Amino acid sequence: MAAADDLKFEEFGDGANLLPAPQDATAVTMEEPSLKPPAPRGLPRGSGREEDEELLGHSDSDKTELLAGQKKSSPFWTFEYYQTFFDVDTYQVFDRIKGSVLPIPGRNFVRLYIRSNPDLYGPFWICATLVFSIAISGNLSNFLIHLGDKTFHYVPEFRKVSIAATAIYAYAWLVPLSLWGFLLWRNSRVMSIVSYSFLEIVCVYGYSLFIYIPTAVLWIIPQKAVRWVLVMVALGLSGSVLVMTFWPAVRDDSRRIAVATIVTIIFLHTLLSVGCLAYFFDAPELDYPPVITPTPTQKQTAASVKAG
Amino acid sequence: MAEADERTVGETATKPGFLGLSDVSISEDIPVEGEITVPMASHSQDEDYSTLDEPVKETIIRDLKAVGKKFVHVMYPKKSNALLRDWDLWGPLVLCVSLALMLQGGSADSKEDGGPQFAEVFVIIWFGAVVITLNSKLLGGTISFFQSLCVLGYCVLPLTVAMLVCRLVLLAGMGPINFLIRLIVVIAMFVWSTLASTAFLADSQPPNRKALAVYPIFLFYFVISWMILTFTPH
Repeated sequence: MAAADDLKFEEFGDGANLLPAPQDATAVTMEEPSLKPPAPRGLPRGSGREEDEELLGHSDSDKTELLAGQKKSSPFWTFEYYQTFFDVDTYQVFDRIKGSVLPIPGRNFVRLYIRSNPDLYGPFWICATLVFSIAISGNLSNFLIHLGDKTFHYVPEFRKVSIAATAIYAYAWLVPLSLWGFLLWRNSRVMSIVSYSFLEIVCVYGYSLFIYIPTAVLWIIPQKAVRWVLVMVALGLSGSVLVMTFWPAVRDDSRRIAVATIVTIIFLHTLLSVGCLAYFFDAPELDYPPVITPTPTQKQTAASVKAG
Repeated sequence: MAEADERTVGETATKPGFLGLSDVSISEDIPVEGEITVPMASHSQDEDYSTLDEPVKETIIRDLKAVGKKFVHVMYPKKSNALLRDWDLWGPLVLCVSLALMLQGGSADSKEDGGPQFAEVFVIIWFGAVVITLNSKLLGGTISFFQSLCVLGYCVLPLTVAMLVCRLVLLAGMGPINFLIRLIVVIAMFVWSTLASTAFLADSQPPNRKALAVYPIFLFYFVISWMILTFTPH
């Protein structure tokens, strides 16, 4: 009896994924019926091994599946409520990061990796790491560019950390907020099949910023061509993750609005990356290590322009 | 006193016949009253009263000894409970203030001094420690809030030593060899700090989330090490 109940519970747990679990979203997440009941271990079926591995991985922690519907029932002033947003294991975080860096065409990041278990761990710590890596790499690259320059006094510009933190955290929280509000408004006009909760959008944006961490480290290389190639690659990868996530949510809308939304998403993403490159990393005026020392007047005007 | 009463009452009850005890109705024949006091509690109460009367010097020296003992535990980390059970925040405060003072550079006048201000270092250390503690508790860790703050603060000690060494080395002027020495010292102390705090904190995390809880600690000490390494005096 108990065994049958356990099996039934596993199915309900999957069913809870189909139901709108978070209490704030009024959306119905009904997608193509590929979410079959979890196969017992050792019997992978369905298209694509990855999705089944995700299913099997989740059936490991079927307690979280069980409580998926009841997860967020603690009142918001208790500590347990916020603990539900950190209910991820190490391998889950790694899988999500991998999914944000290697977008598979046709696969939705949210559906594949988040699956109504959005977490705040990834977005918060990826943003924190990004802030520090941009500030530190910017400092280091400026130091290396002006290495032979006798009039350049190196200062670890600490102000830049605060500015970077403000910019990146504002991007990672305000853009998802406005996008979520916009999608909610459009959903009231046009019934869309796919809709995301606020936390899922924050999750996608947070994990999509991961690619910029190695990019920022590689931006230390003082070659303009290399930097712009890196920008293109990073933008391509993270932009495609975002586009593939949000295209299903807007494609039922009028053509203009759908395309405008996608273009805005990409534009803001581009603005962030190009803005970080331009502000934190000095332009490498000298493409070669400064063997030939320029005249003192040139150096002084360059230094004063930099400081001003 | 209450215990003595109960003992005599019990003795009179058992004396007439042990087997007859089951017939005895306690509420009627044996008035059980008074409180059952644990002997240990009264003992510690006596201790509290006695420490109020001791001279201030003794109190301070006892606290200093506790802080010093924790310093030794940080420098030679082995699994002991001293840091966790008897936490205090004096040590972290002293370390944080001395680190922030040493990172000052001595000149607060010029605008070009882009180094971290005292308030910035202070806020980074304390706010960073609080955020890491919250993170580990949200992930399901079993350590208490102040214990974790205590450990994170005390493990800044190797980095403070590194800062001291850097300042002494910088007195000899700047140069590539100078920089290399500072780099090696800071890297060694950073690894020491991270390993020491991980040794104390990793056990309280659920096993499949250890890496998630340790990474922020790594980031925290990395940022502090970066601030130490890039310190340039005027």
